[in-house]
Amino acid sequence: MLNQALFPFLTPMKAQQFMPKREIKFSQAILEAQDQLMTLDPNVYIIGLGAPDPKGLFGTTLGLQEKHGKDRVLDMPISENAMTGIVTGSAIMGLRPIMTHQRVDFFLLGLDQLINNSAKWHYMFGGQNNVPIVFRLFMGRGWGQGPQHSQSLQSIFSHIPGLKVVTPSTCYNAKGLLISAIEDNNPVVFLEHRWLHSVHGEVPEKVYRVPLGKANLVSKGNDITIVSNSHMTLESWKAIKLLEKENISIELIDLQTLIPLDKETILQSVKKTGHVIVVDPDWKTCGFSSEVLSVITEEAFDYLKKPPIRVTYPDHPCPTSWVLSNHYYPTSKDIALTVLKMMNKKTHLNSLTKDLLEQKAQGPLDIPDSSFTGPF
Amino acid sequence: MNQVTEKLSLKLYYEMLRIRMVEEAIGERYSQQQMRCPVHLSIGQEAIPVGVLHHVSKTDYLISNHRAHAHYLAKGGSLKKMLAEIYGKSTGCSSGKGGSMHLIDLEQGIVGTTPIVGGSLPVGVGVAFAEQLKKKTNLTVIFFGEGATEEGVWAECLNFASLRSLSLLFVCENNLYSVYSPMSVRQSPKRDREAIAKAHGIETFTGSGNDLEQVYQVAGKAVEYIKEKAAPCYVEFSTYRYREHCGPFVDPKGYRPEAEEKFWYQQCPLKLYTEKLLKNNSLTEDQLNRFRQEIKLEIEEAFQFAESSPFPIFNPNESATVYA
Repeated sequence: MLNQALFPFLTPMKAQQFMPKREIKFSQAILEAQDQLMTLDPNVYIIGLGAPDPKGLFGTTLGLQEKHGKDRVLDMPISENAMTGIVTGSAIMGLRPIMTHQRVDFFLLGLDQLINNSAKWHYMFGGQNNVPIVFRLFMGRGWGQGPQHSQSLQSIFSHIPGLKVVTPSTCYNAKGLLISAIEDNNPVVFLEHRWLHSVHGEVPEKVYRVPLGKANLVSKGNDITIVSNSHMTLESWKAIKLLEKENISIELIDLQTLIPLDKETILQSVKKTGHVIVVDPDWKTCGFSSEVLSVITEEAFDYLKKPPIRVTYPDHPCPTSWVLSNHYYPTSKDIALTVLKMMNKKTHLNSLTKDLLEQKAQGPLDIPDSSFTGPF
Repeated sequence: MNQVTEKLSLKLYYEMLRIRMVEEAIGERYSQQQMRCPVHLSIGQEAIPVGVLHHVSKTDYLISNHRAHAHYLAKGGSLKKMLAEIYGKSTGCSSGKGGSMHLIDLEQGIVGTTPIVGGSLPVGVGVAFAEQLKKKTNLTVIFFGEGATEEGVWAECLNFASLRSLSLLFVCENNLYSVYSPMSVRQSPKRDREAIAKAHGIETFTGSGNDLEQVYQVAGKAVEYIKEKAAPCYVEFSTYRYREHCGPFVDPKGYRPEAEEKFWYQQCPLKLYTEKLLKNNSLTEDQLNRFRQEIKLEIEEAFQFAESSPFPIFNPNESATVYA
C-alpha cells in the first residue's frame, strides 16, 4: 500500500505546516469533497448508474444518499446519451449535477450530448447560461479489464473547447480539485484512475481548493523535466526514487488539469532543463502527450538539447491476459530507463533493462497493491 | 378550457398569420445574402406551435429544434432579436453566436433550440427534471420532428420522463420528410410512434396539425392531462412543409409525389382558417387587411432593427469566451 512516507509530495509544504495530519484514502477524499459541497450547496446532486449502490462506487459515494436524501443522490437508467443531455438541461436551470460513470468507456455513448450541448451551450447562446457539471469518469486498469474497460480517452475530451479536463493524482489534489470542479461554472471531465482509489495520503478535513489550470511541481530539478498526469505521476515519482543514486536532477510536473493546460510551468521547466519526457497514461498517437510536445516545440524549441521522448501506452487496445498487459503498461522502470537513455547514463542501463524484462515475465503486474483483489 | 371563442380564434389567427408573414419575409430577403446562415422555414407548419403554445405561460419552458422560428415566435420570443440573430448581429438573441438554429429568449421561457436531430430532447427532459428536483410545477414543452423519433435518444427520453413522472409535453410535428428522405425509407409502415410512447407508460394524443382549432383542442387535453396527473404526455400532429428543408425556395419538384403535394397545399393551415373565419363572419376582409398591414409594419421595423444593428466586435481572445 502506498503511503505518505513514500509520497511526501501528496501534501504541499504549506499545508504540511498548518494542517493536522490525517491520512485517508483517495476514494474517501473524493467522498468528502462531494459530501462537504452537497452540505454547502443544495443545488449539487449526484447521478449515475449505481451512485447509491451498496459499494458506493468504490467507496466514493458511500452514505451520501442516506445523509442527503434520494433527490440528491440518484441512480439512473442505462441511457448515457439522454442522461448526459438531462444533466445538461438541469445545469442550465441552475442545478450543479455530478454525473458518475464507473468506466469512461461507457461514457462514449454520451459524447453527442457532451460535445454538441454541454460543451457549447454557454458559447452558442452568447453566454446567457452556465453549464456547471462534473463528469466523474473512472479509467480502468488491471485484473484483465481488457479492451473496453481500460481506456483513458483524455485527449478526446481535451480536444473539445468548452470542456475542462482534470486528472487528479493524489489524495490531496483529488479533494481540492474536485471541490474546484464542482464550484466551476463549466462542464468538467474529472478522470479518476481506478488504481488511485486505494492510495492513502494526507488530506485536510476542511474545505479547500486546488485551482483548475495549475500544475503541481512535485519535485524540483535542473537536468531533465518529466511531465506527467494521473496515475503515471506515481510511476514517475517511483522512477525518481529508483534513480536517486544516479546524480540526475529531475523536475517532475504533475499537470493536475489537462484543460486549461498550465503551459507556463511546463515551459519554464523545459527552458531550464532542455530535456523533456512526457509520461501519459494513454495511447501515443494524438494523445495528450502530443499536445504537450507541440506546446514545447512551438514555444521553447530553441531550449531543447535533445529530442523529447514520450512514455505512453502502445497504440493498441489493452489486452486482457496479464502476460500481455504486463507489456502494455509502462512502469517506473520504463520511465527510469528513458531518463537514463536521454541523459546518456549508461552505467545501469543494461542491468535495469534486464531487471524490467524479468519483472514483466515473472508474474502478473495487474494490481496496484495487495488490497486490490478484483474483480474490477 | 379548450373552447375556441371568437375572441380567441382571432388571436390565434393573428399569431399564425404573423408567423407566416415573418417566414415569407425572410424567404423574400434571403437572396440579398445578408442572412448568412441556414434557415429552416416553418411555412405550412405554423398552426402547431400557435395552437400548442397558447396553453402555456411565460414561466413554462420551451425547447426545440432546427425549424424553430415558429416555436420561438409563438412562445413570445422577440422578433427583433431573432432577425438580428439571423443577420449575425450583436443585438441577436444569441449575440450572433448561434444564428437561426440557436434561438433563445430566457425572459419568455425559451431555453434554446438546436439542430442535431433529437439533440435537444434530453436537454428539455433535463429542464423538466430540474423543475421537479426544485419542487416546481412549471411545464416544459419539447418540439421535434418525426425524424427525431428515429433516434435512440427519443426512447431514452420517453423512459426517463415516465420513470420520473415529469411535467413534460412532447410535441412531434410529423411533416413526413427528413430533408429529402420520405418516411417510407426511414420507418417501417408498421412502426407506431404512439404505441412506442404508450409502451413507456406515456399518454398520447394526435391530431391534424393543419387545423388550428384542432391543434388547440388536442394540446389543451394534453396539458390538462399533464397538470392533473403530473405525468408526461406525447402528442403528434400531421403536417407538411411548403419550402425546401433548408432555404427560402419553394420545394424543388421531383422528390415528393405531385398528388401528395397537391393534397397538402389544399390543407394549408392559414388558408383553411382564413376561409373558416371569413365564412362564419368572425373575420372580415377589412380586418384581415388591417392585420396584414399591422404585421407588415412590425416586420419592417424588425428587419430595420436587424439591418441597422452593429455586428459583434471581433474578440482576439474569443477562446476565453467559451468558458463561463
